[in-house]
Amino acid sequence: MILIQGKGASKGIINGPLYFYKKADTTITKTTVDDLDAEKERLEAAKAKSIEQLEALAEKAREEAGDESAILFETHAMFVEDDDYVETINDCLEEENCNAEYAVKTAGEQFAEMFAAMDDAYMQARASDIRDVTQRILNNLMGIAEGGIDSEEPVILAADDLAPSETLQLDKSKILGFVLREGSGNGHTAILARTMGIPAICGCGEELTEAYQGRTAYIDGETGKVVLDPDELTLTIFRNKFAKQQEMKELMETMKGQEDVTLDGRHIKVYCNIGSPDDVTAVLNNDGQGIGLFRSEFLYLKSDDYPTEDQQFEAYKTVAAAMNGKTVIIRTLDIGADKQVPYFNLAKEENPALGVRAIRICLNRPEVFRTQLRALYRASAYGKIAIMFPMITSVWEVRECKRACEAVMKELKKEGLPFNPDTELGIMIETPASVFMAEELAKEVDFFSVGTNDLTQYTLACDRQANDLGKFFDAHHPAVLRALKMTADAAHHNGIWVGICGELGADLELLETFLAIGIDELSVSPASVLPLRAAIRKSIAKTCTLDKLECK
Amino acid sequence: MKEFKYLITDPIGIHARPAGLLAKLAKSFEGTTVFLTKGDQTVKASQLMKLMNLGVKAGDEVTIQVEGGDEDAALAALEAFLKENL
Repeated sequence: MILIQGKGASKGIINGPLYFYKKADTTITKTTVDDLDAEKERLEAAKAKSIEQLEALAEKAREEAGDESAILFETHAMFVEDDDYVETINDCLEEENCNAEYAVKTAGEQFAEMFAAMDDAYMQARASDIRDVTQRILNNLMGIAEGGIDSEEPVILAADDLAPSETLQLDKSKILGFVLREGSGNGHTAILARTMGIPAICGCGEELTEAYQGRTAYIDGETGKVVLDPDELTLTIFRNKFAKQQEMKELMETMKGQEDVTLDGRHIKVYCNIGSPDDVTAVLNNDGQGIGLFRSEFLYLKSDDYPTEDQQFEAYKTVAAAMNGKTVIIRTLDIGADKQVPYFNLAKEENPALGVRAIRICLNRPEVFRTQLRALYRASAYGKIAIMFPMITSVWEVRECKRACEAVMKELKKEGLPFNPDTELGIMIETPASVFMAEELAKEVDFFSVGTNDLTQYTLACDRQANDLGKFFDAHHPAVLRALKMTADAAHHNGIWVGICGELGADLELLETFLAIGIDELSVSPASVLPLRAAIRKSIAKTCTLDKLECK
Repeated sequence: MKEFKYLITDPIGIHARPAGLLAKLAKSFEGTTVFLTKGDQTVKASQLMKLMNLGVKAGDEVTIQVEGGDEDAALAALEAFLKENL
């Protein structure tokens, strides 16, 4: 038996083959080739494989969603064979005597630019189709597996750690769980795992070697254990726990359709945190009553350049429409610190968590902010969107955000575009400064949402990315809970609601404390909705105490 | 060579979906080449990207020309396709 002890980062128990993630090297350099015919053969093979993949995708789309969705992939397949596109690639190959990758990339860029230059928004957006097709041929040329996982059956994904941009591209249907050599329970892979409702273990260290590729692993996201070749006792314990987990899941199903209300009638809004429009399915499956935090970063992380207003609008509109009138709180751009986006060209900082991040970037770069706000307001016509600003420390920042919103609304009105002028505005409470200023800040906005991960980091001076702070990083620290109480009191004093959108919101040990503090909304990962609902329905708000705020 | 004119009524015009279908259709006639003209620009209807790049919108008049093979059959099929989709 091989036992690797890591740190549990997302609960759940599963077994499956280990698959080590390979970072895709996608940089393309121009090289001169000796054998042009061999290069042409490689190109033909990559094209044939691309068409094969696209036809399979079209077939799948047709079965699942009908002809209309299949036609997109069929059109992509036709792009691969388009006479002019092919001719441009071949000309480039012959004239420059270069590698197929370079020729495909050059042709792809040329055609994408041709579409981007058209004076028609619809055709401009087709540039992304060309890029998509080009990338597919390139991936096939370079042998990069689509979705990052070259396996037919679902796997337990092993890696050092995964960057947010990498996790976005993974084919989620092929992932049973994560095991990471590095990473922390507050890292992005852990958050993703909790959103997906699958187990994750981090901090496994070097014992997790690639020699285990393909071997069956048994992982427990609660205890942080990764086991290969389990002995009989371990296997029995694992199987029992797995059976209990399935039983619990079935029990939780009965919570669907029930109200989030305590025994003494206090209603709590149980919302979900999501990171991309794909996660809405999980929200609806788990009966989330709204979206309390939609991280807009995914739009910026997954692209190579600033996402356009239309791209953003489509994403926000999709989520708003899918939630069908339920609240969708979208947080404006929150990059910097641990989320880096190359094209922003942010200066390297000694302490990025204390640097130019989140709202600071937006206020420094009004054009980036304006594009996002325009997209948000345009989408507000299609559902119940609320806008939330991250990393607030001062009243003037909020006023500046509101001025930017006013300006955008004025523009849209002039252009005759529909929007909801009563879109609610709120702020994240995640800095100690915002806690101290909560009375004044509450007068400026419609709601507060406490980001407990950052609030804990800044209040306790503990780096949330660090792996070894251990007992010093105490999410239940009375200082954090007292900050929550101060925030809630200020909110209620000024007639606005207050929620929690950090990981702490799903911590059932703290539910009574939250009820005693008077938290109105808890936004948690979709998988936590039903267990939280079950706990709320068993609680009596009136008898909850503030014991945990005391120093024992 | 035979030709006919057609006024586009689809609000978005020759967008990706009908362009894909049209290019596919244009390729399907053996021995026949299909041309599409908007204003002073002419492309082969089988050239998908060039076809989309014309940016044909509602209210534009296009001319379809067929050359070689069974021109009458191709013309009839194309006319039916345009009426149905554009």
